[in-house]
Amino acid sequence: MKIAIASGKGGTGKTTVSLNLALSLSDVQLFDCDVEEPNCNLFLGFDLEKVEDVVCPVPVIDQEKCNICRQCSDFCRYNALAALPTRVLFFPSLCHGCGGCAVLCPEEAIQESQRFLGVIEKAKGRSSPEFYRGLLNIGETMTSAVIKELKKHIDDHKTAILDAPPGTACPVITSIGDVDYCVLVTESTPFGFHDLKLAIGVVRALKIPFGVIINRWGLGDSRVEEYCKAEGIPVLLKIPNDLRIAELYSRGIPFVQEMPEWKEKFLSMFEAIKLQLAGVEEART
Amino acid sequence: MKQLTVISGKGGTGKTTLTAAFASLAKNAVIADCDVDAADMHLILKPEILEKEDYYSLEIARIDPELCIECGKCREFCRYEAVSENFEVDPYECEGCAVCTIVCPNGAVSMKKKVSGQSFSSETRFGPMAHARLGIGEETSGKLVSTVRTNAKKLAEQYHKDLIIIDGPPGTGCSAISAITGTDLVLVVSEPTVSGIHDLKRVLELTAHFMIPTVICINKYDINEENTQLIENFCAEMEIPVIGRLPYNDIVTKAMLQEQTLIEYAKSSACLNENEFADQVCQIWARVENILMGVQDKQTGIKTLKMKNL
Ligand code: SF4
Ligand code: SF4
Ligand code: SF4
Ligand code: SF4
Repeated sequence: MKIAIASGKGGTGKTTVSLNLALSLSDVQLFDCDVEEPNCNLFLGFDLEKVEDVVCPVPVIDQEKCNICRQCSDFCRYNALAALPTRVLFFPSLCHGCGGCAVLCPEEAIQESQRFLGVIEKAKGRSSPEFYRGLLNIGETMTSAVIKELKKHIDDHKTAILDAPPGTACPVITSIGDVDYCVLVTESTPFGFHDLKLAIGVVRALKIPFGVIINRWGLGDSRVEEYCKAEGIPVLLKIPNDLRIAELYSRGIPFVQEMPEWKEKFLSMFEAIKLQLAGVEEART
Repeated sequence: MKQLTVISGKGGTGKTTLTAAFASLAKNAVIADCDVDAADMHLILKPEILEKEDYYSLEIARIDPELCIECGKCREFCRYEAVSENFEVDPYECEGCAVCTIVCPNGAVSMKKKVSGQSFSSETRFGPMAHARLGIGEETSGKLVSTVRTNAKKLAEQYHKDLIIIDGPPGTGCSAISAITGTDLVLVVSEPTVSGIHDLKRVLELTAHFMIPTVICINKYDINEENTQLIENFCAEMEIPVIGRLPYNDIVTKAMLQEQTLIEYAKSSACLNENEFADQVCQIWARVENILMGVQDKQTGIKTLKMKNL
């Protein structure tokens, strides 16, 4: 089963929830899909090893063969090619690696080579949870390509927890697109509530069953709870606005490690999710 | 015209709260909310929309089932696995590269525009504001960020404003890059947590990569003073100025619940603590303004900010 932890934006406690849930379960995989800012391992402290490079195919133009017909530069939807009177210029950072220019070129002047976008890493040896993360190179924009590569390491026989990136744009869709369940983390403030509604829009559009965790509960007001009640959205867990939790977070310690009573709560949340999914299944048949 | 971008490695550091406070302090500025994935600034500034424009990102492919002979070429050549087994295009997967249009032997594929959001030019109680809303699951928010910045520039010209304050998106990806390129100064709002320090280093790499003068403000410095010290030491070593540190204070949430900036909120608050907090924000703003003016003096050879390559 694949469970994604998401929220309309960052800073709501996605990583905290992903980590604490993963540490409360056994035989589980954890994927840090926030490849622009992967933070999970700051709390886990695993030794990581590279599993693979993430590469993107890019064109290499043989200037000898090229007769500057401009077909490639006219075609490229990302403006990665520009035809000058004497040669065709290539801007690697704009190229999405679609391969169209190579298909088109009538002179067969385009070969493909590879550009490195980032890496996939995993925890060395046997770790609990089993941990993978992607890391996008600084200055690169092909976030989703790295996430896609990362997700290939999901083992369908295990529970996989995916710590999604913030926002509602392409990297989030790539991360949560095919999961079985989505946990939306929010806080009950005007910003939190607004972002939650955006996130709910995403999971509804993707038709993913979901529930809500209210983080820093006690801060703000009760608008999130009231909304969830009215909409029939399960509130899976409330994590209080507790100084001790914040302090552990600041030191990079997942709070279930110091407050073991929380393991139970995450476990029962996991059971509640399974029940909710069973219900969804039943409703379908 | 000067441009300031406020960013943070990740969300939730108080970036928007601080930017909104700056907006209420700046005398002659345009505000641009470039956190287009999760735009929040409007919740405080309550913009009145003057102009609205549909935003189109890349086109996506559509297969005409009448013309399709199911030869499978499009599926074979699509590198994003966007064409399904029964030859339908998944709009979430399609990157709009148009390769399928050139390989289809029967002209069954066409590229269709789709509205992916809206951009707005608005008026607020603190001056003009450019902002946007990205449709759910839409791509290339970097392009929408650029649209917002272009609109902000237009507003600045139209209303004779000399500063654009940009609330940037989290992360170091395409939207963050679009929000900082070509700006005069980046203010990074940081948090003294282990992950906050890590994120700070990543964004500093980004601003160094694009060679943009950068200053730091540490928010909630008192939740872990040891980490605050670590950040300050690191910044000193890198010669990046830390221009302020703010303690944790409930005023941030309280002001938000009142839909006010914390400066506005503090004005009606009798709480000494809250007033002091607002004062500190004012001081940070004064420093930012000074630095921005210093950056302006670059032409005359005065260098205010040193940046070391990380
Ligand atoms: S591979 Fe695609 S994106 Fe890259 S240059 Fe060629 S046409 Fe443009
Ligand atoms: S399509 Fe081929 S020949 Fe034409 S400009 Fe591009 S590389 Fe040159
Ligand atoms: S436009 Fe590109 S990404 Fe979209 S379906 Fe066609 S080949 Fe695939
Ligand atoms: S390439 Fe054209 S004809 Fe062939 S399967 Fe695709 S859409 Fe149909």
